[in-house]
Amino acid sequence: MTDARWRHGTGNGVLDVEGISVTFAGRRVLDGVSFKIGAGELTGLIGANGAGKTTLLRVILGLQRPNGGRVLVEGAPLTRLGRSIGYVPQKVQLDPDMPVRARDLVALGIDGHRFGVPLPSKTRRATVDEMLHAVGAERFADARVGTLSGGEQQRVLIAQALISRPRLLLLDEPLANLDPGSTQEIIGLLHEIASHQQVAVLLSAHDMNPLLPVMDRVVYIAGGRAASGRTDEVIRTEVLSALYGHHVEVLHVGGRVLVVAGLGTNEDHCLPVETPREVG
Amino acid sequence: MFEPGFFSSQPVHVALIVGGITAVVSAVAGVFTVLRGQSFAGHSLADVSTAGGSGAVLLGMSPLTGFISGGLIGAAAMDLFGIQRVRGRDLATGIVLGASIGLAALFLFLDTSAGAETGATQQILFGSIFTIDSSTVPIVAIFGSASLAVMAAIYRPLLLSSMSSDVAAARGVPVRLVGLLFILALALAVGLSALSIGAILSTALLIGPAAAALRVTRRVGLSIAVACVIGVGATWLGVLLAYDSYYWGSSRRGLPVSFFIVGVTFLAYVASGLPVFHALVDRRPDTAAPDAGER
Amino acid sequence: MPVSDDVPDGKAPAEQAGLMFSSFMANAWLTATIVAVIAGVVGFFVVLRGSAFPAHAIPNGAFAGAAAANVIGVNGLLGLGVCAVLAALGIGWLGRGGRRDVATALALVMLLALGAVFLSVSGQYEPEIYSLLFGEVLGVSTSEILPVAVLGLACLAAVMFLYRPLMLATIVPEIAEGKGVRSQQMEIAFLVLLAVATAMTLPVVGALLIFSLMIGPPAAARSFTSRPSLAVLLSVGLALATVWIAIASSYESNWPIGFFVGMLSALSYGLGRAWAAWKRTRSTRLGTA
Repeated sequence: MTDARWRHGTGNGVLDVEGISVTFAGRRVLDGVSFKIGAGELTGLIGANGAGKTTLLRVILGLQRPNGGRVLVEGAPLTRLGRSIGYVPQKVQLDPDMPVRARDLVALGIDGHRFGVPLPSKTRRATVDEMLHAVGAERFADARVGTLSGGEQQRVLIAQALISRPRLLLLDEPLANLDPGSTQEIIGLLHEIASHQQVAVLLSAHDMNPLLPVMDRVVYIAGGRAASGRTDEVIRTEVLSALYGHHVEVLHVGGRVLVVAGLGTNEDHCLPVETPREVG
Repeated sequence: MFEPGFFSSQPVHVALIVGGITAVVSAVAGVFTVLRGQSFAGHSLADVSTAGGSGAVLLGMSPLTGFISGGLIGAAAMDLFGIQRVRGRDLATGIVLGASIGLAALFLFLDTSAGAETGATQQILFGSIFTIDSSTVPIVAIFGSASLAVMAAIYRPLLLSSMSSDVAAARGVPVRLVGLLFILALALAVGLSALSIGAILSTALLIGPAAAALRVTRRVGLSIAVACVIGVGATWLGVLLAYDSYYWGSSRRGLPVSFFIVGVTFLAYVASGLPVFHALVDRRPDTAAPDAGER
Repeated sequence: MPVSDDVPDGKAPAEQAGLMFSSFMANAWLTATIVAVIAGVVGFFVVLRGSAFPAHAIPNGAFAGAAAANVIGVNGLLGLGVCAVLAALGIGWLGRGGRRDVATALALVMLLALGAVFLSVSGQYEPEIYSLLFGEVLGVSTSEILPVAVLGLACLAAVMFLYRPLMLATIVPEIAEGKGVRSQQMEIAFLVLLAVATAMTLPVVGALLIFSLMIGPPAAARSFTSRPSLAVLLSVGLALATVWIAIASSYESNWPIGFFVGMLSALSYGLGRAWAAWKRTRSTRLGTA
């Protein structure tokens, strides 16, 4: 896909996905997925449940080996060490009785993967405080992580991912279990992180509508294939129909986008591809 | 293979009967225990029974009384402490277990220093199947039947709530009550097998055959049958080997029955992982159990 | 049987109390202190990881090892350690694929039965079994204190080395995976650590009760504080209090030390739960979140 904004944009590609294919048990989950993301851009990875979003994120993280293609982070292939990716996973089970505070979890983001005991230091404490402030989590910094609400937990996880100053921030369905108010807050936070801290933010979602105001780029996944570019370039009837392999209609209703199975066509098998979601 | 006097010996008869009954009850209870992911609770009940048994000896009562009452009290306590709630369940179980073992330690100590029972420790902990009085047999039969009857009565709701307590509750199953009834039946099973194999080893008869059966088939009815076969087989084989072991070597000191029973059930479990057994037992390929429903 | 025959009875209480601290009891105090520190530290992770059942099962490996060493005539502590580690690895291997509880249960009884058999063969059945299972105040001789202390230091060093990745893998395994910390590896490392810790603590507290020292105090500690470093310290403190009171009580009453450890651990846990419940009702009454 041509992408004019990318060519004239920030220039340095933080993430470069080239022709990624993944096959599970004989099924092509991802087929030649390619796109680029630059610093300071917020990209939505949109697709229905089971479309392959989590798989793609895991490939980028290096947790899933692709059957074809490659991933470059800041121009270099993935290596375990020295990687500068922050990751917020989809579902985290946190025991409310655990003696671990929000700030402890954030601190683990600095160097939790290294051996040894963290030595308390003023700079360490200051860094954690600064990050908590940046995500708006100071209020509950000393609360047990297991007792936080969904939105609060999300903020803490984001802080944990950001504290190592990554160039790329990946979030797997961060909005999935949030109420509409928290959804707006998290989106605002992510937008600010992308633009002010010049971090490349890639988040997956099955509903793109809350992201429309802030998304710089969209990567739409369907049928194992992906189309990437600006929202108005990608979210079009002909583009998505090509992806799905059968006719789908893109409707703009009251400021929202709906992708529905083909209307007024003679398609025999029209599977509903996107159920309209009530947002707020 | 069969040393002289095996089939005519009275203690052997009693051992085979008592062992057989307790093996069946344990196997049935065990299948549900594994399905419900309550292996730790089942084991803890065994240790609570230990305290009961050793306490009974102290009071001059028969160990069986203590095993059973200890188990029942322990089951009720566990239900009270919220063993059916998932959060903090293992911790609460472990604490009850620790306190029970502590009590058992005290009782056994007092037993032996009171001089009343020699070898109380061994008897309580590791069983004494060859020294069971034949008058105990009817009692074992009654309590065993009671446990089986309870489980038969709650079979369907128990199965449903073991698979998914939410679905069961939605269908009107009194999940809490069913759970309590099950754990009481389980306490009976554990208490009985403490007699033959010892309190702290009874877990082998509870979990071993059931876990092995569930690895070769997922069909509950079939797995219960298989578990019974394995359990009774292991017990009878254990009795035989223990009897024979008196004649091994020159020292005329046999090895404990419980060791053989535990060993056979353990081997059965390890062997159940081999694909050949699944094919033997259950023709339907879609009922292979890659892992039991552990929670 | 607990407490040897040469414990003087019938003396005046003050004298008896003095005897409690005399040189022949020094081993007991010293070892128990080391044991409590290790149990408190390792126990913090046992509770964090929800590993109460393996913590109960692995010491039985040490028990079997001690019994076997008895028969073979090898150095007890070495036999304990090796068998405990093997038990830990065996449980880890058997329990892969979601069968953890079942594997732990079966391994537990198998090891116990093995130990019982070894002891029955060695002819030292009754007293030996009792002290190995339920603890023996005077269970550690002077010559064994140094190895126990060394093992203890090794355990502490191991915990400090593994602290960060173990915390990460325990609390948020998905994120840990993303950073290259593999859950299975951490689990094995932790089980081995648990094995070494229980091996060195077994002679004093006994195979069946060492684990309650590793769950009662830490469970209580986490009710009292939300800070991890403080929780570890508090866990150690409560464990120390537990063993010290247990030794003193066992000395005075002649009752087995394991009884007191089991009861006091339950007491700690109960206090922790009560405190947490009280805090909850207090906060709802004041209307705070």
